[in-house]
Amino acid sequence: MAIEHPVAPAPGDQTRIHNIGYRNYDGPRLGRSYATRSLYSQSLRGSYGLGRSVKSKVLPMLLFVVMCVPAAIMVAVAVATKAKDLPVDYTRYAIIMQAVISLYVASQAPQSVSRDLRFKTVPLYFSRPIETADYVRAKYAALASAMFILTAAPLLVLYVGALLAKLDFADQTEGFAQGLVSVALLSLLFAGIGLVIASITPRRGFGIAAVIAVLTISYGAVSTLQAIADAQDSSGSIAWIGLFSPVTLIDGVQSAFLGAESAFPGAVGPSNGEGAVYVLVLLGLIAACYGLLMRRYRKVGL
Amino acid sequence: MDNPALWITLRSSQVGVSPKDPYIWSVRRRQLFGLTTGVAQVTTFLNVTVIATESLSKRFPRVTALDRLSVDVGPGVTGLVGANGAGKSTLIKILLGLSPATEGRAEVLGLDVATKGAAIRERVGYMPEHDCLPPDVSATEFVVHMARMSGLPPAAARERTADTLRHVGLYEERYRPIGGYSTGMKQRVKLAQALVHDPQLVFLDEPTNGLDPVGRDEMLGLIRRIHTDFGISVLVTSHLLGELERTCDHVVVVDGGKLLRSSSTTDFTQTTTTLAIEVTDSDTHPDGTRVVRDALHARGVEVLDGSNGLPGAGHILLLTAQGEETYDVVRDIVADLGLGLVRMEQRRHHISEVFTAEDEKRKEVVGHGN
Repeated sequence: MAIEHPVAPAPGDQTRIHNIGYRNYDGPRLGRSYATRSLYSQSLRGSYGLGRSVKSKVLPMLLFVVMCVPAAIMVAVAVATKAKDLPVDYTRYAIIMQAVISLYVASQAPQSVSRDLRFKTVPLYFSRPIETADYVRAKYAALASAMFILTAAPLLVLYVGALLAKLDFADQTEGFAQGLVSVALLSLLFAGIGLVIASITPRRGFGIAAVIAVLTISYGAVSTLQAIADAQDSSGSIAWIGLFSPVTLIDGVQSAFLGAESAFPGAVGPSNGEGAVYVLVLLGLIAACYGLLMRRYRKVGL
Repeated sequence: MDNPALWITLRSSQVGVSPKDPYIWSVRRRQLFGLTTGVAQVTTFLNVTVIATESLSKRFPRVTALDRLSVDVGPGVTGLVGANGAGKSTLIKILLGLSPATEGRAEVLGLDVATKGAAIRERVGYMPEHDCLPPDVSATEFVVHMARMSGLPPAAARERTADTLRHVGLYEERYRPIGGYSTGMKQRVKLAQALVHDPQLVFLDEPTNGLDPVGRDEMLGLIRRIHTDFGISVLVTSHLLGELERTCDHVVVVDGGKLLRSSSTTDFTQTTTTLAIEVTDSDTHPDGTRVVRDALHARGVEVLDGSNGLPGAGHILLLTAQGEETYDVVRDIVADLGLGLVRMEQRRHHISEVFTAEDEKRKEVVGHGN
């Protein structure tokens, strides 16, 4: 390879191919934080199938559209009928669309971490400057960001639509801001739960099924119990039961602190004291997901 | 070898290579046959230790993976030999700063593995033994990503990826998804991701695993070039001794986490050198082989029975070289008899023979112990 092979040039043609041999790299090496950011952006793009095959773009893009279309329709209706208010609160939108959000996290969390485990790419990452914590942080942040994009985009559609429909600016801005905080918390929680479950199995199919199962079964069980509690007039316990599923947890937090109307039976959200417990549980769960991921990857290593 | 001028030029063109380097031998052989092929370009630094361990131990609750291993590895291609479970992978993990040693210390490129892990991993490449490639991305995309994970800026990552993939021998296929590659091509991608950030040292864990003989040869040639052309030191593990003999300057043998032996490949294989000679017949000497054998006997050179009962082997004389003068003796005899020298080559002892000998010695020791 070190020998030069000049291609015989055609008369008047100055083009030659030279094998220039090995060149050393003496440019900058940007280190750990740059590598972590690269992993973050690669994972975030991957969550929407960018930089991957056409096939893997279909589902995330489809879910994104499904998330936004109802918002667009609501805006169209509000503008056309000159309504005084949007048909749905900003904070309520994600709760209504929770099936789509669950489907998204179930499909993309395994895509993000199970692939690296299944194809044993993880050792290649850890043989480079980044540490376990950098990997976990990049993956967690990437999926949470992807989910935030998914859940915040329809809110943006609603907000822009509301302004176009000349609804009250201050009112709408406050609702929009509350909605954004709520979906940010939801993104962190769902991404954490999804990644923890997905990081246990290298099989993508198992990961998808397990995430869907955890999210829907917990929600189904909690809302059934809440309905029973409501029917038996023990409304005091409704709020406490709501702590046990991710969706009702978010619902509780936002109805206690973010001016949302609760989706609990009888619309009885938690009181402020109970709300504080909700916030603690929510933050505790997010921290626990992070801690579990760290523990998991400390073991995977090489 | 009565041409001192030739020797001086040869030696001075081999800056930094010990006279025991096998490439000196190969050059000398080529010169003997009047061929003047280019001397392998060697970029090594004298007196630099690439890897140094000092009574390095790693104990797991049930097994001792490394047991007071002390070894120094210089620049060049170094083979790490050992059976499965001998502690090779554990050693690489410790050297990458990913797993703390139970006791002892180790340095890679002068950096302590316990405290400077990240700095080491920036300068070192690692090619794992197992499959590690996602099937649904192209080699280019994958290696670019890995280059960025090593800290290369985006533009440099793309440029280095194109260069490195070309050097490992991947051309148009690098744009296709890795899933459709053959084992040989996958091994090349794995090697490319270890080299893409231009490390000073690469750890190659069983790089020839699963390759056919041709692929194996190509991979071994590539490994040799990583050092000779790219100037990167290599630590390569294998359980096939013949491979290491052909590629490595130095061989480290571990067994049960203990250092069994660490010496240069030439020490392993050239403690005694056997020469194989083949001569032509002429009208005056219808049986050239026999005449030369008699002449060698007369000059006191021991001729071995090299026939081994193989047909045609009778034309080849095997003799023990007692230093450089033996070459001259052979040349003079053949020239005086007016015969043609068809071949004169070194028959190396194989590392495996050394191992067998070591093994038997150890068994004896164990036997005596009982």
